[in-house]
Amino acid sequence: MVTALLVLGILGAVFGLLLGYAAVRYRVEGDPLVEKIDAILPQTQCGQCGYPGCRPYAEAIAKGEAEINQCPPGGEAVVLALADLLGRDPLPLAEEHPKEPEKKVAFIHEELCIGCTLCIQACPVDAILGAAKQMHTVIADECTGCELCLPPCPVDCIEMLPLQPDLDHWVWPEPETPDYTSKDDATADKMRRKA
Amino acid sequence: MRRLHQFKGGVVLKEHKKDSTRMPTQPARLPPSLIVPLKQHIGSAAEPVVAVGEKVLKGQLIARAGDTISAPLHAPSSGTVRAIADHPVPHPSGLPAPCIHIDTDGEERWRPRERNIFNFAELRPAELREIIREAGIVGLGGAGFPAWVKLDPQGRAVDTLILNGAECEPYITCDEILLRERALEVLAGLLMMRHAVQAKHCIIGIENNKPTAYRALVDEVRNTGADVEVVEVPTIYPTGSEKQLIQVLTGQEVPAGGLPIDIGIVCHNVGTAYAVYRAVELDQPLISRTVTIAGSVAHARNLEVLIGTPLAALIEECGGNRQALRRVIVGGPMMGIAVHSDAVPATKTTNCVLVESAMHDVPLPSRDVFSLPCIRCGHCAEACPINLLPQQLYWHARAQNFDRVQDYHLFDCIECGCCDYVCPSQIPLVSYYRHAKSKIWEQEEEKRRADRARQRHQFHELRLQREKQERAERHKKKRTAVAKGGDDKKAAIEAAMARVRAKKAAQDTAPKNTGNLTPEQQAKIDAVDAQRAKARQTAETTPADDDA
Repeated sequence: MVTALLVLGILGAVFGLLLGYAAVRYRVEGDPLVEKIDAILPQTQCGQCGYPGCRPYAEAIAKGEAEINQCPPGGEAVVLALADLLGRDPLPLAEEHPKEPEKKVAFIHEELCIGCTLCIQACPVDAILGAAKQMHTVIADECTGCELCLPPCPVDCIEMLPLQPDLDHWVWPEPETPDYTSKDDATADKMRRKA
Repeated sequence: MRRLHQFKGGVVLKEHKKDSTRMPTQPARLPPSLIVPLKQHIGSAAEPVVAVGEKVLKGQLIARAGDTISAPLHAPSSGTVRAIADHPVPHPSGLPAPCIHIDTDGEERWRPRERNIFNFAELRPAELREIIREAGIVGLGGAGFPAWVKLDPQGRAVDTLILNGAECEPYITCDEILLRERALEVLAGLLMMRHAVQAKHCIIGIENNKPTAYRALVDEVRNTGADVEVVEVPTIYPTGSEKQLIQVLTGQEVPAGGLPIDIGIVCHNVGTAYAVYRAVELDQPLISRTVTIAGSVAHARNLEVLIGTPLAALIEECGGNRQALRRVIVGGPMMGIAVHSDAVPATKTTNCVLVESAMHDVPLPSRDVFSLPCIRCGHCAEACPINLLPQQLYWHARAQNFDRVQDYHLFDCIECGCCDYVCPSQIPLVSYYRHAKSKIWEQEEEKRRADRARQRHQFHELRLQREKQERAERHKKKRTAVAKGGDDKKAAIEAAMARVRAKKAAQDTAPKNTGNLTPEQQAKIDAVDAQRAKARQTAETTPADDDA
């Protein structure tokens, strides 16, 4: 009886110490959930969610302070991915936003630009090139399409242009899948003719 | 006699090859203008080195390779560069891409010969590869991978060099006719390639439905005494696919996601061998190729086509009725793509132009047919030559379940179309796979962009913080300087003034031309000096007056 108690007691102490050590030794730095949420967000850094950038929004979601449907550039896909990750119910997008937002990049009309550098300061990813009283230009490859450069421009010389499709970014169209359950006469007729 | 192996699946197709092999190859008519796309190969686009309005000679370099994996372009004929502008290219999207437009002058004047090679065996393999690279040769079988990259084993030993003359797709006969007419040249090209990779063995694989081509090659091998094995393989689609041909000839399988070089094998098309021969022996870059024009045309045949010739010109030359066209397919009926317009040019990878009209029906590639539900018959899995599960791929691709599709090895699919062909419900399976593949690439690209944006944003924040800190430090320094009573500043000003005085003193040394002066000159100088001294005195006293 005493030996059993003693053995169990010692075992308990040993494992307790081991767990305690492991908790200190293998401590996870930072919040892994924030990283996961941040990885889903589109990184436009546009602030349309009401937070200053994607990471602060990710932190807010992780803390439960923000809803998962406040990211217009991400569209429905991001809402669904976040719902999946967090086990929450998918919500409709917060405001009147398109489900699959069009991708755009900023374009500076260089003949109108006065070289005030205000847009350069506003760009969250340093994608605008230029200097005081020199013409500015957007590095299209780095532009996230956040539109943050539009309001500060005093001469309205920045325009958002939709991304033009090119051969390298073209997506093979999805074949149309007929709706076999449809009661539509034409479909039924075609199926009958096939059969 | 080599023991042949088998790959699983595949289909036996109606060949339709007789029509286009009745007549010998002949050069296509020179079109009034040539449209040479800057990207005709896998890798990055070529960069133009000619200006609009410039005269070019046949074979002259007009665009240099853009990157490591790229290929240069040469003028297919002599003429004038009219424009460097977008034009539709043979691509399923129908989107335009940058092309060099050349107005031909009909003179076909060649550029001067740049090199004479009398014995290629004396060249180092790297030198031979360089010649092939400069000639802009890409794989002519269809994929268009730069040939010199595949000819560079990078230190790995190459056991076997396989020349692919299987040509398994229906209608296409450009390789067959080339072997019939130019077996010796193809053989010479093969030996050059062999020298480039230092391969131990050489095999040429030909499907057994081309006895004339096979005999021509066997004869040439016997005549020349070359150590090359010519092997007939059974006619089963897709034996002409690189991985399948390797399996049939050697029994070895190329590992998933790997390359033939991983198992010591290099595989090239017979057309590529002929292009290598022309580049090395004749100093001619890749500016033309053999193209089969078949289907709904009066005279189906093979033409020697200059790169950049519009397909419409080829179809007309072979007696096709452009008004009655239903579809124009570049490539074969199984793997080819339907182009949106016959104005697109023939490129380095165009092996066949298949014309479809109401008179002549080409069953594939998947067109708008009404497909029925999948009945899970499993024929597709039996036909798949690479042991995939087409049905599973189909379900997951349709559900946009892209992780699962990759679990089922979507990226090992060679898009041969066997599953499409056997499907009793006529489901366009390959279209689903192609859609899934490009969607996955798009998502990966988006992920890369997002990662870069995140990095740039983090750096942006860091930079703002650093600038703020630096500004704060500067202000702090200034404040402490002021608090100290400005002694530092005064000392600095004193030092600067001392420096100026020293400089002045150095300059005030007596001028050299003051010796041997006449008395009049001396008097003049004295007068000026006196005036200067007076002026200096007033200048020094005036500020004092102001202060007072």
